Amino acid sequence: MHELAIAESVVRIADRHADGRQVTKVYLKVGHLRQIVPSALAFSFELVAQGTSVEGAELALEEVPVTGKCRACGTESRLESFPLQCGTCGGFDLEIVAGEELYVESLEMEEHPTKDQELTG
Amino acid sequence: MHRTAVKKVVLEGVLDANDALAQANRERFHQAGTYVVNMMSSPGAGKTALLEHTLERMRGKLRLGILEGDVQTTLDADRLARFHVPLVQVNTDPGFGGECHLDANMVRSGLAELPLDEMEVLIIENVGNLVCPAEFKVGEDTRVMVYSITEGEEKPLKYPLMFRSADLVLVNKMDLLEHLDFDLEQFLGNLDAVNPGVGRILTSARTGQGVDEWCTWLERRRAPSS
Repeated sequence: MHELAIAESVVRIADRHADGRQVTKVYLKVGHLRQIVPSALAFSFELVAQGTSVEGAELALEEVPVTGKCRACGTESRLESFPLQCGTCGGFDLEIVAGEELYVESLEMEEHPTKDQELTG
Repeated sequence: MHRTAVKKVVLEGVLDANDALAQANRERFHQAGTYVVNMMSSPGAGKTALLEHTLERMRGKLRLGILEGDVQTTLDADRLARFHVPLVQVNTDPGFGGECHLDANMVRSGLAELPLDEMEVLIIENVGNLVCPAEFKVGEDTRVMVYSITEGEEKPLKYPLMFRSADLVLVNKMDLLEHLDFDLEQFLGNLDAVNPGVGRILTSARTGQGVDEWCTWLERRRAPSS
């Protein structure tokens, strides 16, 4: 499953940005149009994070609903299912403005690099 | 001791690393003047069979090359070897227990063995899988899906990402239509629900139906002005 490849990438990004500090939380934005299964991602994340500065971190998934802008009438509609249809004029020609996100938004981590924690115990 | 938590804004796309490699691949393809097709489908839909027809039809007309992606074996590459076109097999097995899709890095590794300057079109035959390949750009110019009518009418609704990402759907195994309860109109309706108006060609690798139309589509996509 590709959740494993996704999790690997998330951990790599978080680890790099943590720069030696222990990560406690990773905020991930996932659009509804991406085919990500949250439980599979959480499971893979926990697995892949072991042995890194991301080990034990909480994965906070924010799911982003799909919003489409109608090319015919200009209205933005929240889209819940296929077919993707404008809520105002019923048109099918929509530009997706939200719902395809897949990015690490931010991290929470401990203030000091990990080796300091061993000293203060 | 009170441990303070520090928040750091990252804003980095999960697939950015892959997309950067895909872009690098794309630049290489453009430099060599090679038009690249990413061909995707479920396992067994008929990609390789259709490619056999394609290579036969294009012999002497278009210089094609193939990059084969499979978890294991060189079976598909072996089938296409008799057409004597540049061909490389990438096995995803050394990946994470056998990656279920090709990514930009795997495609890049295959390029070392392909004479891109001699190829007008490269067809990347992706790993048979309706889910993952759609998520990973590899540097292609176009995405073509092969769908077999034995899969039923509802797959577009179940796998919208794959169907939405396609520029063309080859509806294959049409020779079996009389033996199946397949409702073609219903399938095409479902296809239009997730990818309105996407190009579609009815094909059969057994009878050769639709192969000419597919080859013409490919020639026109590659060189729209000619």
